Amino acid sequence: MFDALQAFLSTYLFDWLAILITLVIQAVVVVLPMMLVVAWLTYAERKVIGYMQVRMGPNRVGPIGLLQPIADALKLMTKEVIFPDQANKFLFIIAPVLALAPAVVAWAVIPFGDGLVVSDVNAGVLFVLAASSIVVFGVIIAGWASNSKYAFLGAMRGAAQKISYEIAMGFALVTVLMIAGTMNLTEIVNGQKGGIYHWYLLPLLPMFFVYFIAGLAETNRTPFDVVEGEAEIVAGFHVDYSGMTFGVFMLAEYLMMILISFMTAIMFLGGWLSPFEGIPYLEAAFAWVPQLGWLAFKVSFLLFVFLWLRATFPRYRYDQLMRLGWKVLIPVTIVWVFVVGAMKYFDFGPWFN
Amino acid sequence: MTFELFIFYLLASIAVISGVMMISVNNAVKATMWLVLAFIATAGVWIMAQAEFLGLVLILVYVGAVMVLFLFVVMMVDINISAMKEGFTQYLPIGAMAAIAIFAMMYMVLGTEHFGLEVTGVPAGLPEGINNTKSIAIPLYTTHAYAFVLAAVLLLLGIVAAIALTLRRRPTGEVLYQDIDKQVQTLAEDRFRMVKMDSVVEKQVPVKDEGEK
Repeated sequence: MFDALQAFLSTYLFDWLAILITLVIQAVVVVLPMMLVVAWLTYAERKVIGYMQVRMGPNRVGPIGLLQPIADALKLMTKEVIFPDQANKFLFIIAPVLALAPAVVAWAVIPFGDGLVVSDVNAGVLFVLAASSIVVFGVIIAGWASNSKYAFLGAMRGAAQKISYEIAMGFALVTVLMIAGTMNLTEIVNGQKGGIYHWYLLPLLPMFFVYFIAGLAETNRTPFDVVEGEAEIVAGFHVDYSGMTFGVFMLAEYLMMILISFMTAIMFLGGWLSPFEGIPYLEAAFAWVPQLGWLAFKVSFLLFVFLWLRATFPRYRYDQLMRLGWKVLIPVTIVWVFVVGAMKYFDFGPWFN
Repeated sequence: MTFELFIFYLLASIAVISGVMMISVNNAVKATMWLVLAFIATAGVWIMAQAEFLGLVLILVYVGAVMVLFLFVVMMVDINISAMKEGFTQYLPIGAMAAIAIFAMMYMVLGTEHFGLEVTGVPAGLPEGINNTKSIAIPLYTTHAYAFVLAAVLLLLGIVAAIALTLRRRPTGEVLYQDIDKQVQTLAEDRFRMVKMDSVVEKQVPVKDEGEK
């Protein structure tokens, strides 16, 4: 579709301009729906946590509060952006951008269906991992540039936490790559074809939990939100941010949440494949569900787990958080790398033939 | 100019400019950020040269881990900028000479007559089905397996040495250590005791008259 558009444009314009315009349109087509998902994810979060705590959640703006995200966005955009007197202005402004840009960039390689991807690169998994490893700069620079003790403490915590959990995350991905034999996200999903027993969830069950827990830590969600622990350090790294600069940080955090959910669904839950594959009657009964529908269903469930955990768990103490990362998750992943190696060597199960 | 060439020159100029900025700004944190930009632009150039694995690993390892640790250290250092600027003009000639000497040596080795496409020949494109990651992995784990393992051991040695140098166990009387394993395994019964008591009727306290007038 986009090739046709590019060919159409290049008959009128320079070739490079046609490519550029096509790329921009592709980016907008992917990023704009994601921004809308982010908006209503904040609404879903407040509603879900509200019901879990036996209250209503937002219900004033629009029918059952559905327009609340729009009201919030308008509020954030019209508020004044305050610059602290002693802050480093340049880095203070650049920090939210540094947080948001990598979270947006990673969507370039995420497939939404078979062949429905902006850029089908060979090293897709690495690309997402690389992009999500840059997000931490936003937190660190924000904490430093604010010139405030609380923000600085939040930044320090964030940097240490991200680096610790990235190792476990990387190892979890390594086991997926060992099974799939490829780093291309589309091929990883297609390798899981053939019913629910062929999903990588089963042989990599510990890795699934490790990846999701590391994902929680990467996105600074409860129980790992020591970066912004409001009880100890006010609001952590973004204590001095107001208005839309704060809004951009929120946007980045929720985009990363959706990204982690997408990656978990693609690598462990069979992406856009139907869970009823190979089961008689049920497969035919659910044949009408589009690929994107299954993927959206899985992602929504994982996002719900994000919100569920937030309403359930208290915040980790900092030293316990470090212990969990270094002394529990990393040893588990290292052991499982050897287990998967042995499974591969002995041609075990339906995954390695 | 093709689109690829445009992107190449864009990334290359970002890499060069950020490299220059990195050594010329006074603020150490800003210098680190310029270095990050230089790394990302260089990774982009590598990806354009079909070395997507190396480019992404450059971002993952250097930007995502090494530079974060750099920032971690640099942010906590209190540098007096005016003291740093002292003697800049005094050392400028020597510095310039060293820079020119290094550039000349590099040009002699990497100059156009030794390193152009005419000398090395146009590299053959990768055949279909063989990707960059595989073509790095196969020699790394077959021909150079021992060197690879040796490098890994060397890195481990570095970690162990750094930890051994900085690890400082203080006696338990001096510092209060927390045994987290013990804390995690604590059950409610260890901390909380239910006491059965007969219900007792409280003694009636007479209501004090607030003095109505």
